[in-house]
Amino acid sequence: MAVPVIPSRALTGPPVAYNSDLERLEIELLLEGIFRHYGFDFRSYAYASIRRRLWKRIEAEGLHTISELQARVLHDAEMMERLLLDLSVNVTAMFRDPGFYLAFRQIAIPLLKTWPFIRIWHAGCSTGEEVYSMAILLEEEGLYDRSRIYATDINDVVLQQAKAGIFPLNRMQEYTENYIRAGGKQSFSEYYTAKYDGALFSPSLTRNIVFSQHNLVTDRSFSEFNVIFCRNVLIYFDRELQDHVHALFYESLSMFGVLALGSKETLRFSKYEPCYEKLHAREKMYRKVK
Amino acid sequence: MAYSIVVVGTSWGGLNALRELVGKLPADFRVPTVVIQHRHRQSNHLLSTFLQERTTLAVAEVEDKMPIEPGTVFIAPADYHLLVDRGSFALSTDAPVRYSRPSIDVTFYSAADAYGSASVGVILTGANSDGSRGLRRIFDRGGLTFVQDPLTAESPTMPSAAIRCVPDAHVQPIGEIAAALAGLSAEEQTLQRPRESHERPTGTPPDRPSPGGA
Repeated sequence: MAVPVIPSRALTGPPVAYNSDLERLEIELLLEGIFRHYGFDFRSYAYASIRRRLWKRIEAEGLHTISELQARVLHDAEMMERLLLDLSVNVTAMFRDPGFYLAFRQIAIPLLKTWPFIRIWHAGCSTGEEVYSMAILLEEEGLYDRSRIYATDINDVVLQQAKAGIFPLNRMQEYTENYIRAGGKQSFSEYYTAKYDGALFSPSLTRNIVFSQHNLVTDRSFSEFNVIFCRNVLIYFDRELQDHVHALFYESLSMFGVLALGSKETLRFSKYEPCYEKLHAREKMYRKVK
Repeated sequence: MAYSIVVVGTSWGGLNALRELVGKLPADFRVPTVVIQHRHRQSNHLLSTFLQERTTLAVAEVEDKMPIEPGTVFIAPADYHLLVDRGSFALSTDAPVRYSRPSIDVTFYSAADAYGSASVGVILTGANSDGSRGLRRIFDRGGLTFVQDPLTAESPTMPSAAIRCVPDAHVQPIGEIAAALAGLSAEEQTLQRPRESHERPTGTPPDRPSPGGA
């Protein structure tokens, strides 16, 4: 009797058939497990993005399936730390989307000048590039001494980096270009000191910044603000979670307060759209009107 | 066979190539079409305006969570990755992939993963090899693959790399690719209602082991 020939791959390798529904189930189970064991809630993150980030971690660890990652993550807190960085760190740049900062200078700053004190919430500040950008802008507009920026992120590792204020020196050419397009009034290099391959930003820029941990998914509003920045953070959330966060922003914003989203984000799909008027349609700058 | 999405990737020389391809799509072309053109991070809506002047199909630069609708040419915004999910798009500012954001590979992978054999990939002129791995993923998932004939391309590097990665892709001049696309019918059902996770997939094709990559 002939022995059936089994391809060697079937013995050694992972399953060869791709089943997208099975993968979705695996991902849902993994995220549920992470939530129940570690308390981090990624269950309502945008599926395509979280899927991509999970697979990057799987490949970096030399694993083959989502379920393998689940087994490892639940038993190995260090693996969870690495995955947490993958899932929660948002990449940004100083004066990312210079057109936005220019519009903020021209449209929002005159409004802010009418207030005695300006409380700003920078939600999901990541490694801080855009917080420093805003501090520079407020300084140049003569508003920084009556402003306070509350810069929050879910991830304490990136907050520590943000506090340190050191950014890669090799990005400074790009950032200088952004700064100029954003309507910068000085020489950008005056704001930092080059040391080795880092650019250390002037500590005086952080004098009115409070960095603290805050989770947009599970934490509540912690104050009332005149301005809320949340740029390119909600893109990682699904529609329902986006609406949950918009409720949080709405509650946290004073009347006529300014909400600034990323240039490719929109309130259009949110039920809070009627509560705002557009200050700048293309740059997604809104003002709470009811 | 009906199709849910066409993804088109191009870089150097893409403007002329897209003008021809989009210009030749018929007015009643229903399959949602997504264009990934490498461009400077501060590029604006000019590409959309440029293409809108050449077609009666709707042209839209993608915003986050925009629904994927038939009869529309979607443009990937500069400086974001564009991910295809079932029924809508998601944007990401994750690090550039091989110096590119948007990365053609990233969008093609996500289209193949969301729509499997109902996805169509097209690689046009370009001076690097982005997109070839993504085109392979679409092929492996049973989707349709087209590559602009390198002899007709302003820059043959990207089409040649795609052909090396997917030797069985249809290699044609742009006019013929447009004619082939025009003959495709749209899978209207998956567009109107994203499939629920408990429903079974129909005929998932075999694939290489790891769905990760870009």
